[in-house]
Amino acid sequence: MSTVQKKPGDRQVILAAGFPHGSPWIIWSDPASGPQVDIASFQHAVRTAEDGKLDFFMLAEALRQREHKGKLFDLDITGRTHGLTLLNALAAVTEHIGLVATVSSTYNEPYELAKQLSTLDHLSDGRAGWNIVTTSDPASGVNFRRGGFLPHAERYRRAGEFLATARKLWDSWPIETVVGDGPAGRFVDDPEVGGYRQVGAQFDIAGRFCLPASPQRHPVLVQAGDSADGRQFAVDNVDIIFSMHAEPNAGRAFYADVKARARAAGRDPDSIKIMPGTQFVIGDSRPDAEERSRELAYRQITPQNAIARLEQVWGRDLSDHDADGPVPPVRDNRDVPHSGGYAPGGRPPSAQALAWYERAQAEKLTIRELIIAVTLRHTFLGTPGQIADQITDAVRTEAADGYVLAGLTQPTGLDEFVKSVVPELQDRGVFRTEYTGATFRENLGLPPVAGR
Amino acid sequence: MAIPVPLHLAIALDGAGWHPAAWRTAAVPAHAYFGLRYWADLAAEAEAARIDYVSFEDELAVQSPLPTGRDDRVDLFRGRFDAVQLAAGLTARTRHLGFVPVATTTHTEPFHASTAIATLDHVSTGRAGWQVRVSRNPSEARNVGRRTIPEIEPSGVASATKTRLRAELYREAEDFVEVSRRLWDSWEDDAVIRDLPTGRYLDRDRLHHVDFTGATFSVKGPSVVPRPPQGQPPVAVLAHEHNAFVLAARCADIAYVTPTDEHDAARLVEAIRAVEAEVGRREPGLKILADLVVFVGADAADRKARWDELAGAPMTSDAAVFVGSPVELAETVLRWQAGGIDGFRLRPGSHADDLIAVTRGLVPELQARGAFRTDYRSATLRARFGLTRPENRYAAA
Ligand SMILES: Cc1cc2nc3c(=O)[nH]c(=O)nc-3n(C[C@H](O)[C@H](O)[C@H](O)COP(=O)(O)O)c2cc1C
Repeated sequence: MSTVQKKPGDRQVILAAGFPHGSPWIIWSDPASGPQVDIASFQHAVRTAEDGKLDFFMLAEALRQREHKGKLFDLDITGRTHGLTLLNALAAVTEHIGLVATVSSTYNEPYELAKQLSTLDHLSDGRAGWNIVTTSDPASGVNFRRGGFLPHAERYRRAGEFLATARKLWDSWPIETVVGDGPAGRFVDDPEVGGYRQVGAQFDIAGRFCLPASPQRHPVLVQAGDSADGRQFAVDNVDIIFSMHAEPNAGRAFYADVKARARAAGRDPDSIKIMPGTQFVIGDSRPDAEERSRELAYRQITPQNAIARLEQVWGRDLSDHDADGPVPPVRDNRDVPHSGGYAPGGRPPSAQALAWYERAQAEKLTIRELIIAVTLRHTFLGTPGQIADQITDAVRTEAADGYVLAGLTQPTGLDEFVKSVVPELQDRGVFRTEYTGATFRENLGLPPVAGR
Repeated sequence: MAIPVPLHLAIALDGAGWHPAAWRTAAVPAHAYFGLRYWADLAAEAEAARIDYVSFEDELAVQSPLPTGRDDRVDLFRGRFDAVQLAAGLTARTRHLGFVPVATTTHTEPFHASTAIATLDHVSTGRAGWQVRVSRNPSEARNVGRRTIPEIEPSGVASATKTRLRAELYREAEDFVEVSRRLWDSWEDDAVIRDLPTGRYLDRDRLHHVDFTGATFSVKGPSVVPRPPQGQPPVAVLAHEHNAFVLAARCADIAYVTPTDEHDAARLVEAIRAVEAEVGRREPGLKILADLVVFVGADAADRKARWDELAGAPMTSDAAVFVGSPVELAETVLRWQAGGIDGFRLRPGSHADDLIAVTRGLVPELQARGAFRTDYRSATLRARFGLTRPENRYAAA
């Protein structure tokens, strides 16, 4: 069977499974799309990913229902779970796969979240991951005690101190101190276990942490910022960057920037992994996959969805426009309310609108074609073998260290990939055939957490 | 034959059991307490005995005999998972057992707690509950750092202040439960429509802002989690004092009380019923479970004496301590039930001995008397308590 040889320079690929919500990526109208918030759906998705020996399963987070034009947005698949609670439930039905929750550092407090993440790492035997986000949706505060929103730089300052504090908590109680010597009456061998103190601009807390160190000590840390602040935060703090730069050329620019920042910070560039989020379309041939991709894109971006997305960026009502007609001109939109979605790098919508408009003009795109071009990423197209080649090449040419994949339906979207593309990657010698590490971190080939 | 009144039995799992020295004679390597397997085995034991549910304690601090947390004991069990997270971890290892973890209201976000409990209900398909807990413990306040709890600070705060603070924290808990309940209802059951012609996944008219404004927080909603399978997972309150009676009567489904004996049990039931009337609670009334620490078996007294000696003092507890045989415990249970108690939350002195004596001794004894179920018949925790799935408060009449 194994006909394809590993070429010199081929690097191991890291792969993860995403589970999108609130995104047009999922074709909810497809009969293969099952119930969204349903334990059987989640179990199917995570088990499929583990059958494919994927590195991790990842959940996104949003802390309010998205609104558009002052009303709840109703076009995308939506409805989520409290991420960590779901992952603890999935830990019990899996053995090897990493479990990554996206959790905000803006709307949580370190002690409680460090405890929840430690719980997941203990209960999963060392498979916890934390995608740290600062929550860029300014309206989320309406659901929290904190209320208002923090400015961008302040959010990253809080995230930095949050993480430093969480590390202190995770390091405060070495597992070796749990001796459980009944006859001698020593449950722990040190009366001070868990003692910690954090005094900083963001947090002033002290006391004792409530759990001994978990198998990985710290969860695998992921970050999805894109701004200069965000990239620097990642280089200073995390193991994996979840990026939006799936297209290989853009990917290489992002990759080079981040790895250079890592080198400048005195960090082994190999210790930070870059993983764009993307989709793929499998076909009988490249042209077949391309044709399917076009068809699928039109099902992902419905006419209503195309208009809504353009309205978000154009900042005005466009409901009388034809989604398959020309893109209307941009007006001065400086005060456009940011109504959800992630503006790349936090660019103000008016600049984004100008860029989109220029692109539509230059490429003669209809509204729908424009929205397809700017929101979808069918990065990998072709037969399973061709897709395996594309992924292998992208990783060899430093467009990424791997990818966070989302199918087009949920929860079945990765079934075909696992069945047909994963074996091709394995044949090329660039993807594991068995999990070999004892923990998520080990499977990623990351060094253990450095000394306390 | 009269249909017997259903008896409810819950088991409170914590550490190696509730006696502080129980861990010292258990054949469990200490590291096992920090893994899924140990807890999954306990849950399976409870499920095999058809127990209603298990509960888990939770604090935002490590266990300590001192409210400041600054004790220097090495002989006490330490370390505790997040209770909701632990419960979630056990859902896939069980099929019928309910889970009622503690989540504290004093230092946490209602939005997170409500979505976490809703998720627990989704992943267990309707077996979740929530024990609401108010924290008056200064060590927790120091660990979270969002507010100070002056109550037990060294200078000694005047008792009027203490009383006011206490009342405020309970009022906040009431707001917290109210907002959680609204969030659970903020998605109607049929909110997802997948309407192809209009391209709408959701009927936005079936999602609702909860628009709650209280003294310490406001929450707009709607939730990001669809309505939980039970609609409203049961809410429990440990009721030691009047504030807690009021909280329970106003917004809970289950109240735990800590009677000293059967007469006290009957008195507490009456007191709770009175508070229910006072606050104008509508049917159904609270299910009242008595908390009881239990040492069960032929060797129970000896074991307890040995552990007391190891701990250096007889065990003290807010709840009554029962020591005796399964038959004696069954008789106690039925006597208290006759006084109006709906059931018990048993706190086993040790998991290794007393939990097993409950599941394999007490339960068969009660079953033999026709006083406890021999099989699970209800699919959800609410149904187990005879509670119907409630109407959604936001659904158009
Ligand atoms: C691939 C990707 C996934 C993201 N997922 C989430 C998410 O689940 N929840 C969230 O609040 N933010 C998410 N974000 C937003 C980022 O955390 C970040 O706020 C955004 O990329 C803007 O970058 P900046 O904060 O560096 O300006 C995501 C971003 C990217 C690129």
